[in-house]
Amino acid sequence: MIELFQITNKIKTFFVEIGELSYFAGRFFRELFSRPFEYKELLRQCYYIGNRSLLLVGVTGFILGLVFTIQSRPTLMEFGAESWIPSMVSISMVREIGPVIIALICVGRISSGIGAELGSMRVTEQIDAMEVSGTNPFKYLVVTRILATTMMVPLLIIFGDAISLFGSAIIENIKGDVSFQLYFNKVFNALEFSDLVPAIVKSFFFGFVIGLVGSYKGFYCKKGTVGVGEASNTAVVYTSMLVFIIDFIAVFVTDIFYEI
Amino acid sequence: MMKKINDIVPIIKIKDLRKSFDDNHVLNGFSMALCEGENLVIMGRSGSGKSVMIKCLVGLMQPDHGDIEIMNKNINELDQDELNSLRTEIGFLFQGSALYDSMTVRENLKFPLRRRIKDSDEAEKLVYEALKSVGLTEAIDLMPSELSGGMQRRVALARAIILHPKIIIYDEPTTGLDPITAKEIIELMRNIQKIYGASSLIITHDVDCARVIANRMILLIDGINYAEGTFKEISSSKDKKIQAFFK
Repeated sequence: MIELFQITNKIKTFFVEIGELSYFAGRFFRELFSRPFEYKELLRQCYYIGNRSLLLVGVTGFILGLVFTIQSRPTLMEFGAESWIPSMVSISMVREIGPVIIALICVGRISSGIGAELGSMRVTEQIDAMEVSGTNPFKYLVVTRILATTMMVPLLIIFGDAISLFGSAIIENIKGDVSFQLYFNKVFNALEFSDLVPAIVKSFFFGFVIGLVGSYKGFYCKKGTVGVGEASNTAVVYTSMLVFIIDFIAVFVTDIFYEI
Repeated sequence: MMKKINDIVPIIKIKDLRKSFDDNHVLNGFSMALCEGENLVIMGRSGSGKSVMIKCLVGLMQPDHGDIEIMNKNINELDQDELNSLRTEIGFLFQGSALYDSMTVRENLKFPLRRRIKDSDEAEKLVYEALKSVGLTEAIDLMPSELSGGMQRRVALARAIILHPKIIIYDEPTTGLDPITAKEIIELMRNIQKIYGASSLIITHDVDCARVIANRMILLIDGINYAEGTFKEISSSKDKKIQAFFK
């Protein structure tokens, strides 16, 4: 009986959370178009979120391209299809693996960071201090961060994709004696408009949820310093889940329009 | 020059304030008035609702019931812009200083000026003036993490007074400080009162702070104003609940 009560309680909490998150997203869109605009803070956040994640995304993308090529090479060689490696790697990287893996890297790096930062600002009354000084903290802290992630995550994904193809090209150059020019010629011949657009569109949604969930968890953080850890942790869990859900929807919708 | 207390003109009026969190009734009809130029101390035990009361006062929390008037404006009837404009007349010193830890001292002090002072020279002048009044001009480019607890409290005080507010609210100004630093902060509060002539609402459970600074004090017990008067009147009361504060 107690277990049943706990399960129904958890389900109830889940739906309440979904409702609150939707309301939070609605407030974001309302505040997004109202004055004053916090340009300076937006640029600062773009720098922090974009520039400071470059190395991590670059290294991850490079290793991803490298490993993917090394692992798939022997199988394709069995069928004498190693010339397909550039097209296979580029299509799978650009369409699926690149956006999802880099979004997950950004979840760990950015969403948890936003959750922890805003959470500690909440528990140390910095958000209250901002409000008392006549500044709208939602606009200054939340709107700028969500906008920055929505703009920066797609750029990071494009950067990560490019680096992963470079990693793949290096392996092909070493193991298959394929020149960089030939490799990238094959890549650009293989990639189509229908590969790029859905990937870029979904990466905007990834960026949006990374900022949204991190900000939501941090902005309403409770229970002191324990709450800060919890905000950061749950931000990662919820955002990762949402990334997969968005990816599933994106693949589903792409299938309808482009028939993959 | 220090303003004389004018008992006729209350700058803040709170009437029958009530606030509950589920079954926990924190405020049960608290009322008070702060007069112009007055230092009013509100004392109460931890969890007695002092912080909840001031959060309701500045609109950070919505009361369940009651009227709050600041400079003859009922804050429940104000829209967000009007409330923000009214907040510029109020300086707030938070219990834990609440300095923005990603900004330097200069940026912390400039923050409340961003939308009000466009001229950067004027803003710089105000920052310097506020820091000078708390004796911390040398810390202008330091980060909050590089300051001691006492210095952080002084910077927070400088930030609270930078717009020359008519009202200053102090939430536990001496909590967490050693006795010497606490005395320095109390002295600073008195000096600021002399310079700016602001009305001060001080929330504390520090008896020494209350003794030095209060023109009048209120004891907040069980969510109501249990006793009201000068420090001398209250401290000489025979009531056991009141005496517990002064033992």
